[in-house]
Amino acid sequence: METVKKEKKDRVLSIRNLNISFKTAYGVVKAIRGVRLDLFKGETIAIVGESGSGKSVTVKTILGILDSNGIIDDGSIIFNYTDENGEKQSVDLVQMSQKEIRYQFCGKRIAMVFQDPMTSLDPTMTVGKQIMQPMIYHLNLSKKEAKLKAIELLDEVGIDQPEKRFKQYPHELSGGMRQRVVIAIALSCNPEILICDEPTTALDVTIQAKILELIKSIQKKNNISVIYITHDLGVVAKVADYVAVMYAGRIIEKGNINEIFYDPRHPYTWGLLSSMPDTDTKSRRLFTIPGSPPNLLEKIKGDAFAVRNPYALNIDFKEEPPMYDVGGQHRVASWLCDPRAPKAEIPVDLKERIEKMKKEATVYE
Amino acid sequence: MSEIKQPLLRVENLKQYFRVSKSFTTKAVDGISFEIYEGETYGLVGESGSGKSTTGRSIIRLYNPTAGKIIFDGVDISGKLTKEAEKHLRTNMQMIFQDPMACLNPRKKVKEIIAQGLLIHHKFETKEQLNDKVNRILDKVGLSAEQATRFPHQFSGGQRQRIGIARALVMNPKLVIADECISALDVSIQAQVVNLMRDIQDELGTTYLFIAHDLSMVKYISDRIGVMHLGHIVETGTTDEIFQNPIHPYTKALLSAIPHPNPVVEKARIALTYDKEKEGVDYVSAVQHKITDTHFVLATDEDFKNWYK
Repeated sequence: METVKKEKKDRVLSIRNLNISFKTAYGVVKAIRGVRLDLFKGETIAIVGESGSGKSVTVKTILGILDSNGIIDDGSIIFNYTDENGEKQSVDLVQMSQKEIRYQFCGKRIAMVFQDPMTSLDPTMTVGKQIMQPMIYHLNLSKKEAKLKAIELLDEVGIDQPEKRFKQYPHELSGGMRQRVVIAIALSCNPEILICDEPTTALDVTIQAKILELIKSIQKKNNISVIYITHDLGVVAKVADYVAVMYAGRIIEKGNINEIFYDPRHPYTWGLLSSMPDTDTKSRRLFTIPGSPPNLLEKIKGDAFAVRNPYALNIDFKEEPPMYDVGGQHRVASWLCDPRAPKAEIPVDLKERIEKMKKEATVYE
Repeated sequence: MSEIKQPLLRVENLKQYFRVSKSFTTKAVDGISFEIYEGETYGLVGESGSGKSTTGRSIIRLYNPTAGKIIFDGVDISGKLTKEAEKHLRTNMQMIFQDPMACLNPRKKVKEIIAQGLLIHHKFETKEQLNDKVNRILDKVGLSAEQATRFPHQFSGGQRQRIGIARALVMNPKLVIADECISALDVSIQAQVVNLMRDIQDELGTTYLFIAHDLSMVKYISDRIGVMHLGHIVETGTTDEIFQNPIHPYTKALLSAIPHPNPVVEKARIALTYDKEKEGVDYVSAVQHKITDTHFVLATDEDFKNWYK
């Protein structure tokens, strides 16, 4: 299934058959069910899904900050990196203890930008000190060196008067500025992977666009791989090369950005794309996906989306669909892609919208 | 019923200042005027810190406005409230809050939360009538009567926002102020809530003041839009006028920042920036310029000539 083009690229992270469950007072919650994902050097992947679909849990496992009641039942996360001596290393993060991951990788080779910049910064510490910290800890820089680098970083993330800002506290900065500081901290140790967990949900649209453009330019410059977690398809369209749609702990559709946006195959993806308000549509009602996500405390029989799916087949209630290869990098977990299945037509409204999007796109190509 | 469209809410030159210290006063809202007509949805958009939430809160009198007039349904509700005016305000204007996790009392059952307004204002005669009212409103927002005996923490975010809407609507208000009521929800749930608000408007003729920073949603729900920046309404007009023919550079910047779910277009596009200082736009000495009967823009004469050609 690997194409020639893909093999040329360096694989940074490969998640295979990941299964995670949480022990709670009400029973065991199967939060992640058989996730398989690859991340290549310099590429951006976006994980899309509703809250509770397991997107945050997946990346938390990579960082070794899974909650203490979480258990990794099965699977592997292979992380390939170049160590200080320039040699290629490969480790399985699942086999390591959380402490080891935190000492060796967290913040150093894998960095994260959290959703809310107000809660992810320490209010009692100056901004500069917080940027210096990971460099002193991970890279053994002296305070002086770290300070110079920190001011450089502040400049790089587009904060004017970096010397002045260096001495300020988080509450003195605006939301957009704070998020820039968080990005500076994440970049301080030259990570290979940057994970952005809804980096712009707490920000305004105008600032959101600026932050996304900043992350994009830095990514290009340092050739880092980025994982975005978001439910905003507009953000996905702007940044991602590759998209994975998650539902109830499973990846139900993945492919490169054009495959997902211009040729979606899974009914859930149809629903997601249709429910996004389009500034040009005239219709008075927004499309909604009926019902709500399943309770993962109960064992899911068949396809988890079947009960909300108007296109559900009989088999959807009995057996879980396998991943179908529908060409290119596009994989879909839906029985509708089986050659024996009746042909399901994509909703008319969405079809029209995609046609229009394609037409708009030709202008830019 | 009068034949001329009467505004349900008229805000005139509203000012809301917060004194931070002896020498510094934040001018959160600095002299805004607008009107909302019966049965329409007025969208108020702007970045955080633009004063849009403060406006909403001043109108419902969670703050005491510094200056200006608020006329609601023919009653002046600015300044010191008389008992009648206060009762009129509290029973006919309701608010839906931003965070569905924080705005419901965790120690009260859903039924009690929804019934509270009715209890305070004695809007029922018998207990059966009260129960009936609560159940009917629950049904309207898509929750079952059996769920009414649960506590807020047993619901998901979207369901909780429905409870918040039910609480506001049970009083049968003339005006509902929805302060960022969908920004804490998932995209698919946002659509559900917006549809629900629309259905209720079609059925009951409720008027909305819809405060949000997500322009694409505002476009869906609003009849008219006011764009706020730094305490001023810089542009106001019908939804089409604002989206098809934006005049003010801030409106243009805001519109350019809307993400489109179209990867090729979105990747090629770079959002406009708007810096008030750099462009030297003056809000204080600016006046409202009329473009059409409904479309106004705040500008000095000179700026207006440059923007509107």
